[in-house]
Amino acid sequence: MKTILSLTVAAGLIAGCVTQLSDGGQRAEQVFRESFTHGNRQMAARVEQQDEVQALCSLYRNEPPREIAARIEQSQAATLRYPASGKLMGDWRQGEKIAQDGYGLRFTDPDAKRPNGGACYNCHQIAPQEISFGTIGPSLYRFGKLRGQGEAVQKYVYGKIYNPESSLACSNMPRFGHNGVLTGEQITHLVALLLDPDSPVNK
Amino acid sequence: MRIDRVLAGVLAAMLPCLSPAQDTQKEIERYRQMLAEGNPADLWEARGEGLWKARRGPKNVSLEQCDLGLGAGIVKGAYARLPRYFPDTDRVQDVESRLATCRVTLQGFKQEEAMRNPFSAPGRHSDMEALASYVAAESKGMKLDAPIRHPKEIEAFRIGEQLFHRRAGPHDFACVSCHGETGKRIRLQELPKLSDPGDAQKIFTTWPAYRVSQGTVRTMQHRLYDCYWQMRHPQMDYTSEASVALMVYMAKFANGGTINAPGLKR
Repeated sequence: MKTILSLTVAAGLIAGCVTQLSDGGQRAEQVFRESFTHGNRQMAARVEQQDEVQALCSLYRNEPPREIAARIEQSQAATLRYPASGKLMGDWRQGEKIAQDGYGLRFTDPDAKRPNGGACYNCHQIAPQEISFGTIGPSLYRFGKLRGQGEAVQKYVYGKIYNPESSLACSNMPRFGHNGVLTGEQITHLVALLLDPDSPVNK
Repeated sequence: MRIDRVLAGVLAAMLPCLSPAQDTQKEIERYRQMLAEGNPADLWEARGEGLWKARRGPKNVSLEQCDLGLGAGIVKGAYARLPRYFPDTDRVQDVESRLATCRVTLQGFKQEEAMRNPFSAPGRHSDMEALASYVAAESKGMKLDAPIRHPKEIEAFRIGEQLFHRRAGPHDFACVSCHGETGKRIRLQELPKLSDPGDAQKIFTTWPAYRVSQGTVRTMQHRLYDCYWQMRHPQMDYTSEASVALMVYMAKFANGGTINAPGLKR
């Protein structure tokens, strides 16, 4: 009984940490829920319910105190799942297509069978042939040339795309693997785009 | 007549030939210049004025007695003081929300009818886009001075501030993901940092705007709807409380900027 009670209290404390919202904050949450009522209910449910990372990064405006950042990075590192085959480098040509493609998960994207894109060029410079690139993320041009193609680098890049919160709490970058936007196999193609010596990124 | 479409086509055809990004930006600037004395939005403005003065709805009256915040029938300068709190609805309202209110109270439309078809599509005009263009143009050259004084305006600002930073959905996006730093881009599109007065004053004061890529005028309500689409959120409800709260948040930083709407954008 005592254990259950203390567990409940502990759970309450953790929940309290996640949602340290003032009354005004709770009001904003209510306004949010009441402002997305006409669309797809499943989509609405997914944005209404923030997970711990989203809630904490919102609360701290993407600048969490050091201990919160460490907690996020630790919990998110535990989510990393590597391909069962052990192969982290796929096909850079397919990677380039995924990096260009912004399809998927918008309310006008009805085709669940069509794979989602990564839209990496929206935020990153990657292959030099593509001049229409965004600048929210760092340039990835020559990524493999500068860092090599060793197993540790492959693992780092795969993990960064799978769940960037595992190495940088409250990063702007989506958690492509953890959130189910890209499959593990798609991520291996992106790893190849950045690391393969034959990829235009490293030419 | 559809000279804007033709020019847009010519520009689109030219884009692949120009390499570095700066050249593209220069071409867009040049295109903007070309159209500066004849923004296609002029047509929306004129149609909006016609709609404003036309007797419509079950009560068969015009919108000319609509109170946009400065008193019944005063359009000049009203847009420069929006969004604001309105005692009769007990809500903070933006131009589109307020226009819908007047269509209900003056013209006798039902709320759903007043808000129907807010965004045009090929072959389907939107009266809202035209009316908002007209009202905005009547504040051209004036300084934006959206009030954040009434308790509900202050509350709206705080809600807007929180929602601006609220990360959610499969991509973990918030408004701040793209609008939190100066000088950033998505692809070649420059992004304003919306809490920076320099950026905010330029951006907020130029909506509604004729959008070359869409061949029509779009409003600030549409801009927010489109952002949330890109953020993998569901459709934001038209004139929702969250949308107006985000506008109040942006207006705080944009205040002091000169209204130059309808603008001209990509």
